[in-house]
This record gives sequence, structure tokens and C-alpha cells, in this order.
Amino acid sequence: MKLESWIRLAVVAGSVGAIELLCRTGVIPNSVMIPPSDMALALASILSSGEMTGDIVSTFTNVALATLITVVLGFVLGQSIHAVPWLRASIEPLLASYYSVPTFMFYPVFIVLFGIGRAPIVAIAVLLAIVAMIMSTLNGLDRIPAVLRKTAHIYRMSRVATALLIELPAAAPYLFTGMKLVVAYAFIGVIASEFILSGSGLGYRIAYAYNNFENGKMYGLMLLVLVSVTLVNSGLNAIDNRLQARRRR
Amino acid sequence: MRVNRHIGAVAIFLVLLLIWQALHTIGGEIVLASPAETALKLYSMLGDGSFWENVAWTSYAFVLGLVIAAVGGVSLGLALGVSRLSSAVAGPILINLYSIPKVTLYPLVLLCFGLGISAKVAFGVMHGMIPMTIFTMNAIRQMKPVYLRSARVLRLTPLQTAWTVVLPAILPEVLSGIRLGFSLTLLGVLIGEMFASSHGLGFLITSAMNVGDTETIMAIAVLLAAFALTSNAILVFFSRQVAP
Repeated sequence: MKLESWIRLAVVAGSVGAIELLCRTGVIPNSVMIPPSDMALALASILSSGEMTGDIVSTFTNVALATLITVVLGFVLGQSIHAVPWLRASIEPLLASYYSVPTFMFYPVFIVLFGIGRAPIVAIAVLLAIVAMIMSTLNGLDRIPAVLRKTAHIYRMSRVATALLIELPAAAPYLFTGMKLVVAYAFIGVIASEFILSGSGLGYRIAYAYNNFENGKMYGLMLLVLVSVTLVNSGLNAIDNRLQARRRR
Repeated sequence: MRVNRHIGAVAIFLVLLLIWQALHTIGGEIVLASPAETALKLYSMLGDGSFWENVAWTSYAFVLGLVIAAVGGVSLGLALGVSRLSSAVAGPILINLYSIPKVTLYPLVLLCFGLGISAKVAFGVMHGMIPMTIFTMNAIRQMKPVYLRSARVLRLTPLQTAWTVVLPAILPEVLSGIRLGFSLTLLGVLIGEMFASSHGLGFLITSAMNVGDTETIMAIAVLLAAFALTSNAILVFFSRQVAP
């Protein structure tokens, strides 16, 4: 491991240790935050009792579905917008300020359109994540060297063949960066929808525990979300770094 | 080209309006209020004093959050970006903090700050500060090394270096970071109000959602979108002025 990784580990471990100490000594009251070691114990008991397995599976399924839909739809939309320069010039300011409108407020619309259950949550997550995918697709397509497209032209490839055989592989590193963002946004969209609006899933369970003063359960579940999101992100980051390094060669 | 772009913007606006009207026609009142009804509702809300009180609550929390996030984010980014090691250590931690669903931590914020306005401000800062830190830090790492070397030759103090050399050099990236942070701080404040508050636009949205009042939801959505687009345009204009 490199020096910076060791220092990073020390910084994280030190912060956790400091919180543990502050909680144990009572500087942070137990009603505000329980010690990290107790969070881990609470998480272990939640996982071993299996009482939340359904919610956990449901949340992760929603995230996976939303990611899949967003990546495909975002790439197709990005391709189409990229192909029409005037459309792109006028749509980009819209995309840039997109994230300040809370997508969650359209949840009632989706409930009426898709019914209660999984579909409106996935729809919100897709709505939240799709702009990141469109932007990455535009960015990736911008950076394809002109010579590749010219080659496709010489071979008289069709528009679809050019997109699939030339543009997709050439833009792949940028698309992967987009996909990484999509996964992050899908997590945010799914958990936030469950938190504010739904009756199942991890987000709902955390809000429920908060409302009922069940601090142990609440912090156990928070830890579960934080740890799983961190693991997924670090995995994707490691792949991303490899792809970026390959591009620089 | 300029005229073309304006025509494009109008065309997109009209298409969005058409889709909206179509959804209303297909689904009826229960899915979406029609654009005309929303406009009327928005007009009557704008003439209502209690609506402006809610806007004032949200604006107050938002402005406070944005100032704290911008000052904190840029200074933290400057401090971490100056050394290669500290930015290499902090980078992955910051990116991970950026991508965790911060809603999960909202109960913690509420327990720390209570149910008042400070919890909303803190939640806005949590959303907005990290992207500003990341943008500032990365901008310094990509800055030409000769700038820092010149600063050292001139024997500038660290504070002088930050203020007269580094900040002007990275201003475009800092401004992009502030644009993103602007949106996310607003989002954080609104989500905070949606979950636990009895004032503000987020509270209005939640109460309208609970009774299925689609007119109010759409009216607030239009208002927020208009505000976000205008502010973004102003920020873009401003960053072109200072860093062409």
C-alpha cells in the first residue's frame, strides 16, 4: 500500500476512535449519537435476526434497476443530443441547473402514473441520475479523436454501426465515470424517496427508527448504508482509475 | 449562432410545455395540474403574504448555508490542495462523502442541531460544501507549478500566496464549483424542510403532496426551476466576466 493510503486509513480510524471516545466519555450524549462500536453491534444483530432482509433486498434491487435503466437511456439520449448541436447548446443550461429542483416533489405524479410500490421509487432515482449520464456521454463523445469518426466514414459504416463499434468503445472510459455517478445518484434517489415517502426499504426503516427514538436500530442501519455505499464506490473507483490510466498511455 | 440558440431554448420550452399538457390531458387533474392552472395558482400564490413568509424562511436558510459552504469549501480546498500528499489523502474520502446518500444522516443532523433552522442550514452546507472543496482542490493540483515557484521566489506568506496567486489562477474552477454547490445547497435545504419543518417551500411541497394538491406542487416546481435557471445564468455570466 502507498503512503497516502496508510495516512488515509489512519485519518479515518482516528476519527472513528475520537467519536468512540467522545461518546464513551459522555461528551456526545447517547441520545444524540451512540458509540461506533455499538453501531456495529446493532448492525450485526439486525443482519443476523433477518428482520430487515426484505427491506435491504428491496433497496438494492431498486438501485440496480435504476442504474440499468439510467445507463441505457442516458447513453441513448446523450447520443441524440450530441448529434444536434443547436439542441445541445440550448439544453445544456437546463441540465446544469437541473439538480437544484428536488426531484422527489414529483413523487405523487409517479404514484398515479405507475402505482404504489417499486416503480415510482425507481422512476425518481432514474430522473435524478439521468442528467449525470447524459452529461458524461456528451463529454465522452466530445473527446473522441476526429480520426476515428473519419475512419468510420471511409468504411462507410452506418450511423448505428458507428455509434456501437466506434463511439461506444472510444468513449467507454468517460461513460464509466458517468456510470459511477449514476450508481451514487441511484443510491441517493432510492434511499431519499424511501426516507421521505415510502413504506418500505432501508430509507423508510431509518426514518421509522428516528421517529420512534430507536437510536440503536437507526445508527445500525445508517452504518449499513454508509459501509455498502463506500464499498460499491471504492470498487467502481478502482476500475475507473485503471481505465483512466489506460487512456493516458 | 446566438439567435439560433435562443430559438432552440424557446423550442425546448415549448416542447416541455406540450409534454406537460399532454400528461395532464391523458392523466387528468390527479396526475398533474395543467400549465394554465399552474400559472394561475402561481400568480395567486405570489400575491399571498403567507407564501412570501415561507419563501423568506427558505431563502434565509439557503443564503446562510451557501455562504458557509462557499467560504468553508473554498478555504478547505485551498488548504488541502497546496500539498500533493494532503490532496491525495483527502481526495477519495471527499469523493466518498460526496456520493453517500446524505438523507441517511439527516436524523443525526436533527439530533445535533434540533428541529430549528440550524439543522436545515447544516444540511444545506453538507450538500454544498464538498463539491466546492473537491473543485478547488483539483484546480490547485492542475495549476501550473511555476506559479507556486514564483510565489516562493517572491517570498510571499502562505496567506498572500493563496490570495494573490492561487485564487486568481483557479477562479474559473472555483466558480464552477460554486455553481454546483449552489444547486446542491438549495436541494439540501429543501429536502431538510420536506422531512422535518413547519415553514418554508419544502414544507409547502410536503403538505401539498399529502393532500394531492398538484397545482401547488407544480407551481412551486416552476418557481424553483425559474429561480435555479436564472441564478445559473447569472453565475455563468459572472464567471465569463471575471475569467474570459
